Amino acid sequence: MTARDDSALDGNAIGGLLLEVFGTEMTAAVAVCGSCGATGPVAETVVFLRAPGTVVRCRNCGAVLMVIIRRGEQNCVDMLGLAALEPR
Amino acid sequence: MAGTAVRGRLTWQVATVETVRDETASVRTIGLAVPDWAGHTAGQHLDVRLTAEDGYSAERSYSIASAPGEPVAITVERLDDGEVSPYLTEELRSGDEIEIRGPIGGYFIWTGDDAATPLLLVAGGSGVVPFRSIIRHRHNLGSDVSVRLLYSARSLPDVIYQAELDDADDGVAVIYTLTRHQPPGWAGHTGRVDRRLLAEAAWPAQRDPLTFVCGPTPFVEAVASGLVELGYPAGLIKTERFGGTEAP
Repeated sequence: MTARDDSALDGNAIGGLLLEVFGTEMTAAVAVCGSCGATGPVAETVVFLRAPGTVVRCRNCGAVLMVIIRRGEQNCVDMLGLAALEPR
Repeated sequence: MAGTAVRGRLTWQVATVETVRDETASVRTIGLAVPDWAGHTAGQHLDVRLTAEDGYSAERSYSIASAPGEPVAITVERLDDGEVSPYLTEELRSGDEIEIRGPIGGYFIWTGDDAATPLLLVAGGSGVVPFRSIIRHRHNLGSDVSVRLLYSARSLPDVIYQAELDDADDGVAVIYTLTRHQPPGWAGHTGRVDRRLLAEAAWPAQRDPLTFVCGPTPFVEAVASGLVELGYPAGLIKTERFGGTEAP
């Protein structure tokens, strides 16, 4: 799996899911990769919707930034790959 | 940052189909009546959720095709192996109800506040949908922002909104390229959007255009890197990808 996989979407595609999780608009939020330090809007991250679960990767280095798995009524959110996430 | 478990917020609401309009053989615009619509910005999306009788549900995100202040509409392209688009483009009738949530997105948007910055819009196939909202919004505002829309389609019958685009206001230039089939006597561009076509059709980088690119993933990657080669700052190019179909 690379950042150029043609099945990849981008962070725009999970605006609704992120709104559900964070309660606010997050596609324009600035994400900082915990692996390479690349900084950019969530909209420009690489997103796989059927990973299974939703996997968000860094467009610069491909590291996993965030994983969101829906379990019944809950979303389980792993953000260990993010150094920072700042809504705008 | 630590992981956590968050209870899903219920933001879905029921919308009623008011109008359906075939744009091309595989593309349909669906007008919706949404009782609690907060109003949207050009370029935003909404999510559609379909639930089967056995409880299985599928969600997809669609760009909003109408301008802010207009009734909500989405334009949907049928994907033959899709779970949602065949229903939306073939089964849905006026009066039907579907679940939606939105508006969604704060990045791939154009508010029209900046009158001095020209716009470059680059669309692959149904990637033109958010740009219809932007161009209609520009019209409704009475804005004189200079716009170039470079639109790549397989053939002329695959062009969505052609009559409306051909009738666009002064200041909106629509440049087509037809990648597979051209009608007899076609004098426009042919072939995929490449650096040569971008050099001809895009604003010079010195004008610092605000740039939006929307289309299938390989199309967006090719256009964005072509623009960067032409001197566009990557930070001024906003991109939106809708997946793995081949470039139109």
